[in-house]
Amino acid sequence: MADSGASVKVTPFQGVHASVPHDSALRHVTGTAIYVDDLPEPAGMLHVHLGMSTRAHARIVSMDLSAVRASPGVVRVLTADDIPGENDVSPVIHDDRLFATGEVYCVGQSLFAVAATSIAAARAAAAKAVVAYEDLPAAITIEQAQALDLRIEASQRMARGDAAAALEAAPNRIQGKFAIGGQDHFYLEGQASLATPREEGDVHVWCSTQHPTEVQHLIARVLGRPDHAVTVEVRRMGGGFGGKETQASLFAAAAALVAVKTGRPAKCRPDRDEDMVMTGKRHDFEVGYDVGFDDQGRLEGIRLELASRCGATTDLSPAINDRAMFHADNAYYLPAVEIVSHRWRTHTVSNTAFRGFGGPQGMAAIERVMDAVAQAAGLDPLEVRRRNLYGGSHNLTPYYQVVEDNVAPQLIEELARSCDYEARQKAVDAFNAANPILKKGLALTPVKFGVSFTTTHLNQAGALIHIYADGSIMLNHGGAEMGQGLYIKVAQVAAEAFQVPLDRVKITSTTTDKVPNTSATAASSGADLNGMAVLDAAGKLKGRLTAFAAEKWGVDPSQVAFTPEGVKIGGETVSFPDFCRQAYLARISLSATGFYATPKIAYDRKTHRGRPFYYFAYGAACSEVVIDTLTGETKVLRADILHDVGRSLNPAIDLGQVEGGFIQGMGWLTTEELVYDAKGVLKTHAPSTYKIPTAGDRPRVLNVKLWEPGRNAEPTVHRSKAVGEPPLMLAISVFSAITRAVASVGDHRVMPNLDAPATPEAVLMAVEDVRRRAGG
Amino acid sequence: MGGTIRFLLDGEVREAAGVDPTTTLLEHLRGPLRRTGTKEGCAEGDCGSCSVLVGELTTGDDLDPVNWRAVNACIQLLPMLDGKAVMTVESLATQTVAGCAGRPHPVQQAMIDKHGSQCGFCTPGIVMSLYGRAVGACGAGAPVEDVLAGNLCRCTGYGPILDAAREVVREPAPDVAAPLKAIQRQAMLTLAHEDPVRGVTRRWLAPRSLAELAAAAEANPDAAFVAGATDVGLWVTKLRKPPQTLIDIGRVPELKTIGRVGDALRIGAGVRYVEAIETLSARYPGLSDMMRRLGSTQVRNSGTIGGNIANGSPIGDMPPALIALGARLVLRRGEQVREIPLEDFFIAYGKQDRQPGEFVEAVIVPRGPAGQIFKVYKLSKRFDQDISAVCAAFAVTVVDGVVIEARVAFGGMAGTPKRADACEAALIGSPWTRESVEAAAARLDEDYTPLSDMRASAAYRATTARNLLLRAFIESAEPGVATSVLAEAAHG
Repeated sequence: MADSGASVKVTPFQGVHASVPHDSALRHVTGTAIYVDDLPEPAGMLHVHLGMSTRAHARIVSMDLSAVRASPGVVRVLTADDIPGENDVSPVIHDDRLFATGEVYCVGQSLFAVAATSIAAARAAAAKAVVAYEDLPAAITIEQAQALDLRIEASQRMARGDAAAALEAAPNRIQGKFAIGGQDHFYLEGQASLATPREEGDVHVWCSTQHPTEVQHLIARVLGRPDHAVTVEVRRMGGGFGGKETQASLFAAAAALVAVKTGRPAKCRPDRDEDMVMTGKRHDFEVGYDVGFDDQGRLEGIRLELASRCGATTDLSPAINDRAMFHADNAYYLPAVEIVSHRWRTHTVSNTAFRGFGGPQGMAAIERVMDAVAQAAGLDPLEVRRRNLYGGSHNLTPYYQVVEDNVAPQLIEELARSCDYEARQKAVDAFNAANPILKKGLALTPVKFGVSFTTTHLNQAGALIHIYADGSIMLNHGGAEMGQGLYIKVAQVAAEAFQVPLDRVKITSTTTDKVPNTSATAASSGADLNGMAVLDAAGKLKGRLTAFAAEKWGVDPSQVAFTPEGVKIGGETVSFPDFCRQAYLARISLSATGFYATPKIAYDRKTHRGRPFYYFAYGAACSEVVIDTLTGETKVLRADILHDVGRSLNPAIDLGQVEGGFIQGMGWLTTEELVYDAKGVLKTHAPSTYKIPTAGDRPRVLNVKLWEPGRNAEPTVHRSKAVGEPPLMLAISVFSAITRAVASVGDHRVMPNLDAPATPEAVLMAVEDVRRRAGG
Repeated sequence: MGGTIRFLLDGEVREAAGVDPTTTLLEHLRGPLRRTGTKEGCAEGDCGSCSVLVGELTTGDDLDPVNWRAVNACIQLLPMLDGKAVMTVESLATQTVAGCAGRPHPVQQAMIDKHGSQCGFCTPGIVMSLYGRAVGACGAGAPVEDVLAGNLCRCTGYGPILDAAREVVREPAPDVAAPLKAIQRQAMLTLAHEDPVRGVTRRWLAPRSLAELAAAAEANPDAAFVAGATDVGLWVTKLRKPPQTLIDIGRVPELKTIGRVGDALRIGAGVRYVEAIETLSARYPGLSDMMRRLGSTQVRNSGTIGGNIANGSPIGDMPPALIALGARLVLRRGEQVREIPLEDFFIAYGKQDRQPGEFVEAVIVPRGPAGQIFKVYKLSKRFDQDISAVCAAFAVTVVDGVVIEARVAFGGMAGTPKRADACEAALIGSPWTRESVEAAAARLDEDYTPLSDMRASAAYRATTARNLLLRAFIESAEPGVATSVLAEAAHG
């Protein structure tokens, strides 16, 4: 609170829990925020373009690049033979090539790099490559991969209880299947890297990436140099969503290799179409379910089969498919359960991390089961969902983690009340009875999302804080800013710790030479991990400063307090800048690193048992849609969302994540359709053919609320919860509502065969199928 | 031979000499001018991250207000800007020092206050669209969702941006009429530039009268015509097949008028959608929903109806509607002018009835008979700014319950925009009843053998073609029955 009598304007103190704008908001809106491609191009900079495979699976018989080398403006052409180190840009398994050798495994795979004086010259040159292929048997679809038995790894099984016996014994049993499409990240800023050679063959790379450390390590491996020879830096990304976790390495490594080989700076920035063809996407899934339940819709046994298209290489597919299994329960207790997960290798671009990381697909599967059980039992789907929620002794997940922080039932009841679920469900039925062409659907679905990297060692973070002698603070940590507001949240944590105005804290670009060995900014973990690491560093500094104050002023350390007015030492208050100056003069170290490792988690992947998650994030959404049974056109009319972010570090930022995640999820399940042709060529590789939501697709009524009682049961940073991924899955309510609208065409006598995305075509075909089967 | 392009940027004259005429405005802004606030998100006019405002004198008279339009810089070719004014995101805020924002414009402040940016990459484009709306550069009176249909944001879900838009108040656009007049050209702009990559000389001709255009077209029979460049721009940025000779028809006053021929409208080939939309929607209300969804604000601010016809695309949205209305096309070659039914222009996929040296001069759209039922429907995966899977147009005249005239045309159903002869024959002379409409709809299978592609399957196209005729019938005969999810969303 400002003092009414204050004559000097001071920046009000804003620490955690304040709705502070994004740290770059002013720079965003004025066009002064700098992205990789906006950096002034260094003199002599070369433009790098990657030559691409036109075949899905083939042996390279010959590759004649003489015309490429002779093309105007070309300075250097690099192939696998020019790689001093390892020809590998993969995160884990060493199976992603920087440049193909011998065989190509997907359309768009990188074959060679052209470095030229302009990007136009580089592209024109690359088109002159003469590559002879001998086609090999290719699997484009899951079905084809099954036929060839191509897998990324062995199928995984997670089970608790005797599902087969429970299914046999259940009074009711249904089986079904459905398909869930993939999704392109469509970050507005495409992949981009700018490499500058340094002395001794070292290299600095500006890179739009969520994982600077991995990019650093991979470049070092490609160059055959130690990690310390490579510095990777990222100030901000124009969106990431998982698409810049492992996918940035290819372009960064190509730029770095050119820089080191030519001694000239080099930029590699694919255009939108190249980016969409060359980079991985959300996995598409095929789900089979076999479920037994009682007459009240309570599940007794369930067997789920999850099959995914992983693409050509391993990438992160094992962990992504694991997370699909972890979320195939969502908020529901499954008494006897078997989840089998098949990870199919196809000759398409390797699918990768995308907001939710497999969780959305697993969750969509169980929500489909809830809808199918409700339909079969003739019950309201929300009632079926309620009856199956975790609660009481029903608190053990299929992977044997006990759900200790369950707030799903409260969220659901509060939302059902506030959105007037019951009355609106009746109104929808009345509308459908009165309207022959348009049909409405309403659905309320919960979200329970596990927070932590399921690969346990990744749950660590580092931070670096310098306090300069004038009291200004430089803050650095391993997390990367992609728009999610991580920098401002962590700055708020630092400001809170020192009780200083936010503008005294400078958040500097994420750089591998400031904080080493960082994990990807992924798994919604950015603020959780880095915020705690910053608290650790701040705690060390405050400890040193407190000891200094106690000694110099001759007071007990308990008499020293950091306050918005300054540092209170006994009866005296010293301004923070003055205090820091004095500490400097007294030769106190004003720089500290911080570190954090998430406690409590442990997981055995062999048995798929343990505690992979530190805690769960929860939410619930209710969506209402209308469909046109003549055309399949669909409109989301209204959505109500209640989401638990614990004690929010920044409610405005968190609301933005919730809303944005919901709309992105809605796109995944409605208009965003990836189409590959029979030869494995992606036909939807630009916004002209790949349709993410526009402003007009946002439901006219969208009520989004953070759950006020929210407080993390675990001692996370100021009791907040992760927010990046969970809200995406709130959009499953849209898909369930559409399913319900389609079912109304057959008076809910049959379960629609609706696949995601529910494009107009998918909806119309499902409507016609329901009509046929329901005999209406 | 060179030629210098001159345009205004924040009131200052900027000259570009020795540039390839297919250089885009975006490339020029981000490169030589270092205006990197304007972003490249797609380079095809679909994402709006490169939105800028372009101002021009409509009559050459500096007493008239400058006409400002929000456009996609990524598919504006630089010579199109000659004699015009440009504003970018950097034009709005005061800058204390270069690259360091000073006091933001109220539009920018609203975006900050409402948390309208997350990753920030689409933000400059959004800001320019909202500012464009405030100064009347985004069409008249459109809802903000429509204004923003061409600005994709992947982070926010749009809510905070729409909140910011509500804070924005109208304001006058910068008056640059006098400096604009000072850079108007007295003679035709011609450019020639050696393309070092392809080893050809690329030329740009910008005739300033119909006579000059006709002469240029005859002298350069292989030239590509450019109006708004919403298609030709993609030949450059996407197909990477920039034409060798380009003729800009955007400076020909005779092509930029909407006039009357008897009771018919005559729309010049250089008339932009935005300039025709009000007149057309008032006269043919059936067009308004489709035209609102055609492209985006930026595309309608640049693209022309003539271009939508002349490029011969099977999926252009205007041709089916115009064919159903009985439109005729005016083509000119030198002094020779001929007029053909619009449907006859489209011979086959990629082939139009246009002779070397000939160009589209205008389209003539007759007024339909009183009581004509005229419906146009566009089906696409996404409502806004999407290319149609199917575009249907029905013009049916019913007298005493019997169809006396029917013109049915579809886009997306064949290699060209095409009339449905069998369906029309079945309708004409039949009662306007559900039974006979369903029978006529079944005949569409004789008229079309649609293809499957990434937009829709053949089965979806065939089914919805039939269903859309049924929809037209229901809307005319059973007005109480709701048939539009968009209307439901707007009123519900």
